[in-house]
Amino acid sequence: MTRIVVDPITRIEGHLRIEAEINNGKITDAFSSGTMVRLIEEILRGRDPRDAWAFVGRVCGVCTTVHSLASIRAVEDALDITIPPNAELVRNLMFCAQNVQDHVIHFYHLHALDWVDVVSALKADPKKTSEIAQSISHWPKSSPGYFSDLQKRLTKFVESGQLGIFANGYWGHPAYKLPAEINLIGVAHYLEALEWQKEIAKVHTIFGGKNPHPNFLVGGMACSISLDDASGINAERLAYVGKLLKDAQQFVEQVYIPDLLAIAPYYLDWGAIGGGLGNFMAYGDLSTSGYRDVGNYKFPSGVILNKDLSKIHEVDLRNDSEVEEYITNSWYEYAGGDGVGLHPWKGETKLKYTGPKPPFDFLNTEDKYSYLKTPRWKGHAMEVGPLARMLVGYASGRPEFKEVVDYALSALNVPATALFSTLGRTAARGLEAKLVAGWGLEFYDQLINNIKNGDTRMANTEKFKPETWPKKAMGVGHTEAPRGALAHWIVIEDQKIANYQLVVPSTWNASPRDKEGKPSAYEAALKDTPVHDVNQPLEILRTIHSFDPCLACAVHLYDEEGKHINKVKVL
Amino acid sequence: MIIETSTKRKTYYEELSEKGYSRRDFMKFCTMIAAYMGLQSSGVAQVAEALKTKPRLPVIWMHFQECTCCSESFIRSSHPIVADIILDKLSLDYTETLMAAAGHQAEEAMHKTMKEHYGEYVLCVEGSVPLGADGVYCMIGGKSSLDILHEVADGAKAIICWGSCASNGCVQAAKPNPTTATPIHKIIKNKPIIKVPGCPPIGEVMAGTIVHILTFGTLPALDSIGRPKAFYSKRVHDSCYRRPYYDAGLYVESFDDENAKRGYCLYKVGCKGPSTYNACGVMRWNNGVSFPIQSGHGCFGCSEESFWDNGPLYQRLPNIAGFGIEATADTVGKVALGVTAAGIAAHAVVTNLRKGKMIDNLISEGKESEQQLKED
Repeated sequence: MTRIVVDPITRIEGHLRIEAEINNGKITDAFSSGTMVRLIEEILRGRDPRDAWAFVGRVCGVCTTVHSLASIRAVEDALDITIPPNAELVRNLMFCAQNVQDHVIHFYHLHALDWVDVVSALKADPKKTSEIAQSISHWPKSSPGYFSDLQKRLTKFVESGQLGIFANGYWGHPAYKLPAEINLIGVAHYLEALEWQKEIAKVHTIFGGKNPHPNFLVGGMACSISLDDASGINAERLAYVGKLLKDAQQFVEQVYIPDLLAIAPYYLDWGAIGGGLGNFMAYGDLSTSGYRDVGNYKFPSGVILNKDLSKIHEVDLRNDSEVEEYITNSWYEYAGGDGVGLHPWKGETKLKYTGPKPPFDFLNTEDKYSYLKTPRWKGHAMEVGPLARMLVGYASGRPEFKEVVDYALSALNVPATALFSTLGRTAARGLEAKLVAGWGLEFYDQLINNIKNGDTRMANTEKFKPETWPKKAMGVGHTEAPRGALAHWIVIEDQKIANYQLVVPSTWNASPRDKEGKPSAYEAALKDTPVHDVNQPLEILRTIHSFDPCLACAVHLYDEEGKHINKVKVL
Repeated sequence: MIIETSTKRKTYYEELSEKGYSRRDFMKFCTMIAAYMGLQSSGVAQVAEALKTKPRLPVIWMHFQECTCCSESFIRSSHPIVADIILDKLSLDYTETLMAAAGHQAEEAMHKTMKEHYGEYVLCVEGSVPLGADGVYCMIGGKSSLDILHEVADGAKAIICWGSCASNGCVQAAKPNPTTATPIHKIIKNKPIIKVPGCPPIGEVMAGTIVHILTFGTLPALDSIGRPKAFYSKRVHDSCYRRPYYDAGLYVESFDDENAKRGYCLYKVGCKGPSTYNACGVMRWNNGVSFPIQSGHGCFGCSEESFWDNGPLYQRLPNIAGFGIEATADTVGKVALGVTAAGIAAHAVVTNLRKGKMIDNLISEGKESEQQLKED
């Protein structure tokens, strides 16, 4: 038996640790632990609810915007504020820009190197590479000369002995299966995506002033539409946004999707690995007729249980017996004891660390072992994220979802069951980016139309002043972050925040076991993942990364005596 | 303070030409960086010369209590060579966020740099360090972030604190600071420290700070609280294109009102530009596309110490003595930081009403002329 330790990411994207056991080349047990905490819920108490978006925005700088969006919606829900249609559309545009950017960065910069062997690209034939590239896409950067120049630069890069960010990867590991030419295409697009991601972020800069962490506003957005003013949202700004969205769609259609479909056929065995729970949940988002009109979301909401796509269960975030958080295995205490589950409106966040004193080698996974609470929906563990959204859309019979999913399944010639896997999760993310890039342009056209029709309203400030609020108010705001279903619950008393709770995608996916010992998504998906070489646990990275953990994780490997034999940084 | 590296490595210019950049690209980059650093045109030659001849500077980049917005901002730097210089080839010997999977090799790379370049490497820190409960609120690989910081700071020549977390504790240090989140300068006392605050800092400011060290082998000139003067010596208020409206007493009264559509001053809806030192008004964000004020929201002072506790976002700044346009960070900084909104009477704006009337008139005259033209 070999013990493995994965050490990444905060509650949202900081420091998460996974301990796992390997027997006969397969993972037999895994534990997920969050090892960094900031207690933002406690910091929010007693503050102005209109400021909450700024505080919680700082939960994560990678999926920047999503917490701010959930937060202003929670406050607007509590205070019964209806925002103007243009503000809804601008928020949708920011959502789309964020989603597509995050997915592209994830695929190329955080996930691709699990599948693409950079060193193998040195052996590629540029002419053949060009032929392959041109056969899968119209993307203009595809001449033999382009790939040959890139390869020369790459060769010098490798010969310098200074591999920079590519240093010390598992290059040459037998689990890499791509031909050299496809590896070279992957490297080329890795670099192109790094340039492109700076551009799409500008949608946030135009509407929110900066990226990361653009500004939001309770009641709408702060960026006034002003066709007669150089500093407002005017024709030039709108044209700029339109161009950025079109370029994003082109990048997804001509680079991301073709690459995904070119790489996947070499890894079809991963269509049967890393499936995990089989329970999926989406809250839905991207309203076409107002955020409160849940039936008209582009992303429908719902729950799928045990991979049964024939039935969609409804989710009610206000019902106090649906979403509950447990702390049986978390470093917290509840006034009512460790066995109870609390709905977030009644949530408590009181730290109580009982783990080993650092420095330590192992956590005591028999007892409390994480700073993440364990959320459950009607007692069930849930996977959230692009795969959950695509499956809920597919199972709801939405034509757009069926079209892209069926297209991918037939292109790869795999059955629908292949979706429940590491490969399915990675493919779903790309297909989602394709949908969202298209929807972004639809929302853009609607915004232009509204303005054409004379509606330039961007904020409803009727209830902006605290003296207009009721003595007590409760609200919930939800969205779909790139990594899954996200909701914030707020209780406002005497114009101040009395309680604030976030239940975030990583909490669903990465949380520790519940009181019955049932695992959450990460722990379940890692089970049965094969590991060819414990010194190079590439396969673990593949499954963990398929969930899109934002940041570097460190995996420590131990042999039976607990001797430290390896440590792996996971990107 | 001179930073030199002992190992013979390729110079920046050699590296860049090998990566396929032309001399013209290289000079363009030097010009941009020189401009960022506020150098006169003669400075461009210095930058170019330094980048042509200086060997690589080893850098170790750590993450503690943070949200990674600083790293994200960094890769948004507008000039492609910035990414090349800093991300991959030229200085980053170790970064958990950016290097490919290489656990014990990564660890080795860090220790190798710490050993071989002892006293020479620059340590970049993103995030604050929680001192509460013996450091258990932030643990990496079973070690507390406090122990890791001490270990890696030991051989550093200098420390760059990226962003507000490392510079002043940022959001997790806001009251009641439950984890005792602590900025780096309060833990490490025996090293030169540069603070680059902001939530996050502008990407090009981050690049500019590093390039200054690469170029001159010295730390940039710092103000009294350790921030590079090049970027933090002016208030957002003094470099704001809406400043004339402030002086003229023309304000947005509530978001999205007629005055907001005219782009008037955001002071009354809570803009903290008058008490914030940063380069947003000059450099703007994401390759100069916009900055918070241009997009209609007040500055909320994210580069200032304890800005989360300096009164609610939408509350108008109280009147603070010594707030003339000529005031500098050195004289006002400490005064401004101590101010909270609680209990201070709302400040009666001193305005140049005549100027306000004049601008108002000009605007309405413009509208009349437009009407006239339509009728003609």
